[in-house]
Amino acid sequence: MSTNQSRMSELELKKLKPYGDILNDGTIQVSFTLPVEPSPEAREAAVQFAEKMGLDQIKIATMEKAANGFAFFVIYGNVRHTVDYTSIHVVKVEAGKRSREEIDEIIRTKIGRKLIVLGACTGYDAHTVGIDAIMNMKGFAGDYGLERYQWLDARNLGAQVLNDELLKLAQKENADAVLVSKVVTQHNIHVRDLQDLMKRAEQMGLKEKIVFVAGGPRVTHPLALECGFDAGFGVGTKPSDVASYIVEEFLKRKGIHIDEPKE
Amino acid sequence: MAHLKLDTQKIDECRKLAREISEPVEAMISAHTTIAIERATLRMIGVNGAVVRNGQYYPEVNAIIEDLHKEGKLGCGVLPLFVNGLIQTGLSVQALGTQVAEKKINLLTLPQAPVEEVQTHAKKLCADARDHLIRQREIRDANRVELKDPFDPQGKNGPLIYVIVATGNIFDDVVQARAAAQAGADAIAVIRSTAQSLLDYVPHGATTEGFGGTYATQENFRIMREALDDEGKKLGRYIRLTNYCSGLCMPEIAALGALERLDFLLNDAMYGILFRDINMKRTLIDQHFSRRIIALSKIVIHTGEDNYLTTADAVENGHQVLASQFINERFALNAHMTQSLMGLGHAQEMDPEHPDVFLLEIARAQMTRDIFPDAPIKFMPPTRHKCGDIFYSHLMDAMFNFVGVLTGQTIQLLGMATEAMHTPLLQDRWMSIKNAKYIFNGARSLGADITYNAGGKIESWAAKVLDDTLAHLQMIRSKGLSKAIEEKAFAEVSRRETGGKGYDGVILREPGYLNPFFELL
Repeated sequence: MSTNQSRMSELELKKLKPYGDILNDGTIQVSFTLPVEPSPEAREAAVQFAEKMGLDQIKIATMEKAANGFAFFVIYGNVRHTVDYTSIHVVKVEAGKRSREEIDEIIRTKIGRKLIVLGACTGYDAHTVGIDAIMNMKGFAGDYGLERYQWLDARNLGAQVLNDELLKLAQKENADAVLVSKVVTQHNIHVRDLQDLMKRAEQMGLKEKIVFVAGGPRVTHPLALECGFDAGFGVGTKPSDVASYIVEEFLKRKGIHIDEPKE
Repeated sequence: MAHLKLDTQKIDECRKLAREISEPVEAMISAHTTIAIERATLRMIGVNGAVVRNGQYYPEVNAIIEDLHKEGKLGCGVLPLFVNGLIQTGLSVQALGTQVAEKKINLLTLPQAPVEEVQTHAKKLCADARDHLIRQREIRDANRVELKDPFDPQGKNGPLIYVIVATGNIFDDVVQARAAAQAGADAIAVIRSTAQSLLDYVPHGATTEGFGGTYATQENFRIMREALDDEGKKLGRYIRLTNYCSGLCMPEIAALGALERLDFLLNDAMYGILFRDINMKRTLIDQHFSRRIIALSKIVIHTGEDNYLTTADAVENGHQVLASQFINERFALNAHMTQSLMGLGHAQEMDPEHPDVFLLEIARAQMTRDIFPDAPIKFMPPTRHKCGDIFYSHLMDAMFNFVGVLTGQTIQLLGMATEAMHTPLLQDRWMSIKNAKYIFNGARSLGADITYNAGGKIESWAAKVLDDTLAHLQMIRSKGLSKAIEEKAFAEVSRRETGGKGYDGVILREPGYLNPFFELL
C-alpha cells in the first residue's frame, strides 16, 4: 500500500494523462464504426484514425463486420496528449445534490408550502423529451420527475408555449420557478428565444421573483447566464439536480440557511 | 417449457372483471365518433392528398374534416356528406377530396340525393376499401410464407429479435434497418419523431427531419416496407415492420399501416390517456376503431404496459401491469381481435440492486406467458435504471435476454447499451443483437428442462401479483374505469374524463350516423 501511495505521489496535475495500470501510461479505449467492409485496408484506416487522435502503441482489439459495408472497431492505445488540470475553471451551477425525500423535507420545514414550478418548451419547439424527463412523474434514468415531488406543484405546460403566454401564466399563478426547455437549435433559435423570454421577464418585473432555469442538449450553464437565466442544465441532467437547485436558490433569495446535502 | 402453477379461478375472475369494466366504456364508444375516425374513413376510401398550408403539407382529410367539424356537421359522420358530394358532382373520390380541401366545393351547399342512394354508394365504397385492405394483407402474408417467417405467437421458436431505428431521416433509417436485419434482427420499429402523438394530423410524404425519431407517414411506411422486403429476399428471412398507432391519429395510422402492409403496431387502450395526456374518451373511442382495422388486417398490436413500470416502482406495481393487460385484452376482443394478435407488453424494469431481482423478474415474465398462452407477449428491456455506464447496461440487457428466452417471451425488444444517451448507433444495435443471439441460442431449451419449485420464491411472487391484480381489478370495477384512472389506478398518473388533449374532437353520434366500416371490418 505504501508503494501505491508513493507511486501516486508522482502524479503531476499539470500534465494529467489517462490511467490504465501504470501512472501516466495514457491508456484509452475507443470504439467506432467505419462505413466500409472489414478488410486489411479498413484495419489500416482505423489505425490511422487512432494515430490522428493522438494515440501511440495502437492495438486493434477487434474488427467486426457489423453489417454489409460496415466495420466495427475496438481499439486501445496510449494517448500522447496531456491536460493541465490546475488551470481548469468550470462555471457550474452552485447547488448540492439532494434526494427527492430531502428536497421535499426542506420545502416542508423551511417554506411550509408547495413551490410552484412551471415547465415548458417555448416558441415553436415541439420537442418535449427534455422537459418531460424533468417534469413528468416518470422522470429520467431512475430519478423521478418534479411532478412526483410531494412539495412541488409542478406543471408541465408542454410544447410550443409562447414566451408571453408562459410569463403571464407564471405571474398569474405566482410561480416560484420557471423551467424552459430548448431542443431545436437551428439558426440559434434557442438563444434568441431564451433572451427574449428574459427581456420580457425583466419588463414584467418577474426576474427577481422567479427562479428561471433553462435546459436542453445544447444549453450550458454559461449560455443560460448569458441569456439572463439563473441557471442552465445540459444533457444527462436529472430531475433531482434541477429540484436541488431551485430549492437552494429560492432559499438563498429569502436568506434562509440550509445544511449541506447529506451525500 | 416450465410453467407456474397459478390459481385458474382467480385468472378467470380477473377476465370477468375486465369484461365488466369494459361494458360501460363500450356503450360510450358506440355512442360517439371522433374527427380521427372520420379522417381515417376518408383515407380508407381513397382521400390521400395534401394541401399546402403555411408552407407545409397538410392532409386533405384534415382540411375537409376540420371545416365540417367547425360547422358541427359531423354527427352523422363524414360519409353522408362526402358520398352525396360524389353523387352530385360525378367526381372521383380523389378529385372531390382535393376540391373540397381547397374549398372549391362546399359539401354543405350541394343538393341532397336520396338517403338510400347515399347509403348504397357509401357501402360499396367501403366494401371496396375493405377488399383492398384484404388484398394488401394477403400480399404481406404471402411474402411471409415465401421468405420464411420466424414468428410464432406462442413464442415456440424463441424470442423474436426486435430493434428500433430512430435517425429522423427515413433514408438513413433504411440503411440502419438493413444493417440490423443483416446482423440478425427479425423486426424493425421506426421510432416516431418526439411528440408526433400529439399532432392531430399525419404528416405527408417522405420526411428527412425528425427529433429522436422519424415521422410516421404513409410514404415513410412504404419506403421502409419496400426496403425490408428487399432485404428479406436477400437474407431469406421475412423482416417485420413496426410503427406507432397511438396518439391523436390512432385510427389513421392503423389505416395507413394496414395499407402499407405493416406487421406490428404499438396500440394501447390507455397509453395515450396516461402518458400523453390525451383525453380519455377520445383515446378509448379511437382505439376501438383502430383495432377494428387492425383485426381485419391481422396486424399484431403491442400494448404499452411497460411504461407503467418506468413511472411506478416495478417491484411494487406488477399488478398494475397485469390488470391493464386484462383490460387491453378485453378491449381488443371487443374490437374483434384474436388472442394471437395481442402482443401484451411488459418490461424488466426492477431495480437491479433489489435482492433476488431475477427471481421476481422471472416470476413476472413467466406468469405473463402462462396467463396469456396464445398471445405474442412483448417483452421490453430495462430503461429506467440505465445511465451512461454502457458496460453495466450491456450486462443488464444480457440478463434481460436470459429471462426472455427462459420464460418463452414472443417478441423481445432488445435493450441498448447506450440507452438514456442517444438513439442507437449502428454499432450499438449490432452489439445488442450479438448479445441476444448468444443467449437465445445458449439457453434455448433451458425453460423446457427445468421446473419451478412449488411454493418457491418465484411461484409465491407470481401468486402475490395475481392476488394484487384481482384486488386492483375489483377496485376499478367498483369505481368505473375513468374514476379509477382519475385516482391513479395506473402508473401513478391521474387523468380526468374531460381533461387532456383532443376532447374537442369527440362527437356524439346522431341518428342516421353512417359508417359502413363498423359492419365491414
